[in-house]
Amino acid sequence: MMIERRWKKWVYFYIPLTVFVIGTLFPFYWMFITAIRPDAELYRSWRAVNNAPFWTFHPTFEHVRDLLEKTTFPYWIWNTFFIAVVSTMVSLFCGLLAGYALARLKFPMAGTLGTSIFVTYLVPPTLLFIPLADIIRSFQLGDTPWALILTYPTFLIPFCTWLLMGYFKTIPKELEECARIDGATRFGAMIRIIFPIAVPGILSAGIFAFTLSWNEFIYALVFLSSPEKKTVPVGVVSELIRGDIYFWGQLMAGALLGSVPVALVYSFFVEYYVTGLTGSVKG
Amino acid sequence: MAQVMLKDLNKKYDEVHAVKDVNLHVRDKEFVVLVGPSGCGKSTTLRMVAGLEEITGGEIHIGDRMVNDLPPKDRDIAMVFQNYALYPHMTVYDNMAFGLKMRKFPKNEIEQRVRDAAQLLGIQELLKRKPRQLSGGQRQRVAVGRAIVRHPQVFLFDEPLSNLDAKLRVQMRVELKRLHDRLETTAIYVTHDQVEAMTLGDRVVVMKDGWIQQVGEPMELYSRPANKFVAGFIGSPAMNFVDVTINDAGGTITAETQGLRLVVPPAKAGTLRPYKGQSVTLGVRPEDVHVATAADPAQYSFDTTVDVVEPLGSEILLDVRAGSATLVARVEPSVRVKVHESVRLAVNADRLHFFDVKNEHAI
Repeated sequence: MMIERRWKKWVYFYIPLTVFVIGTLFPFYWMFITAIRPDAELYRSWRAVNNAPFWTFHPTFEHVRDLLEKTTFPYWIWNTFFIAVVSTMVSLFCGLLAGYALARLKFPMAGTLGTSIFVTYLVPPTLLFIPLADIIRSFQLGDTPWALILTYPTFLIPFCTWLLMGYFKTIPKELEECARIDGATRFGAMIRIIFPIAVPGILSAGIFAFTLSWNEFIYALVFLSSPEKKTVPVGVVSELIRGDIYFWGQLMAGALLGSVPVALVYSFFVEYYVTGLTGSVKG
Repeated sequence: MAQVMLKDLNKKYDEVHAVKDVNLHVRDKEFVVLVGPSGCGKSTTLRMVAGLEEITGGEIHIGDRMVNDLPPKDRDIAMVFQNYALYPHMTVYDNMAFGLKMRKFPKNEIEQRVRDAAQLLGIQELLKRKPRQLSGGQRQRVAVGRAIVRHPQVFLFDEPLSNLDAKLRVQMRVELKRLHDRLETTAIYVTHDQVEAMTLGDRVVVMKDGWIQQVGEPMELYSRPANKFVAGFIGSPAMNFVDVTINDAGGTITAETQGLRLVVPPAKAGTLRPYKGQSVTLGVRPEDVHVATAADPAQYSFDTTVDVVEPLGSEILLDVRAGSATLVARVEPSVRVKVHESVRLAVNADRLHFFDVKNEHAI
């Protein structure tokens, strides 16, 4: 009986989980090992006798140094960071107010408005970038960070609004009614009672928005052209692949460094992030 | 300390007319309970007094001010909610101090008032805890404490005891009553529990379908219900209703149905005479039906068959049949009867109620 159960647990749980974990983590490992492998090993033939594709005996930081000194990578990191932070803050601010209004206030067409905000989220960026490019050109914002700071909210605001609206709906409305009787205005009750309680929801909306803008590719590719103005995802593929030559070491070092901030953000807020998505408020 | 006046108060949602022409004068220091089945408009009325619902028509006065257009914070009221509505991110102390902080009271006075209220409610030890670390009864005390620290003109209670278990509810009911006697603040209390209404209220307002059915002191509602709904709603077990026909046998007015014939007592005979030949509803409370003795006059007693015996210890409830009518009688625990036996019962003649069949008003 016990033996059978243990056997089943291995087959249905541990083995699939291990396969999944390896499958998920392998690309990261590959990225890491490529980033620290010397060029001699990187461009060695697969049929070479001493070829060891999955590990290296001569780790080197040469690619990282090249990346930081010989390319505009530090600019890319700063650009990405600046754009992600500002557009996340703009979107969170709008999403908080819009989400609160849709969850709490009674006004005509509230339902329609909520749905139409959601629909705008469904329009794919691959279509939207064409008209947006026209607008960016008219405002002469091309090749500046503002081109992205203003366009990212087109998908971040609907996203934040919906996530926060759902979270606000889980907070009993009596809490703010009580605050309003206790002497707060509606806005005061929102700031002092609802927002502090909604911190997990606000944080997860913020993390998501930050990640989405950090990784965004197509708008960044279209609206930015000078090498020092680019963001990490665009810079890495457009500046580190020249013609048909792939600078694998630098490419992977760039990808590795580029994913560190996102990983840090997630690891700090992972608890909030989970409660934010499951939305549990106890009175 | 203030009176509350509701004048022709109305509330309409899109399709539903939730509160209809409510007129009510809650006197200074009075404890008034709004009671009725769910959806009767009692909570909506309370929320309009609080300023949480807009008023469709009519006026609300608190003290000598009309408050129709005042936001909740300027009405000088405090409210206790069914789900307590404690701020989960604040300690008990901060929960209770919130209203005073918002009104910019000096710090030492806030401290003083919170401590006083905590002592009054016996929650001094809980002040540093968060709401989630409290039991239901403790949360309810904190919610009440948060209301009383502000010394508002009016307390509003929206079914505050409904989330507590039965035993705790009885205990908190007594405490609330004691608290009101001590604080002498005007209070409006909403509940669907008629026992709570009767025990707490100086006066009770019975509502149904948005209309006020009757306003009166608890014993007045019990002994002189204005209509069949109030008669059936107040009192437990509920009043028995039997459809009877009024007959005039040579000047003696009788109420009859198959298997049951009662002579209408002289006090009611005059008002019932015009109903001769018509059907009316006879109401008699279970506690006004007893096992007939030799002392009971024949015209107020009748034979019945026992269907169910429910011994409750201090009393026995008998479900009986008298012809086509079924009745519940509340009899002494010493009565020995079994199911299917026949037993002769009698009613207290001066405690009979008659209701018009059509409009259900008391006759």
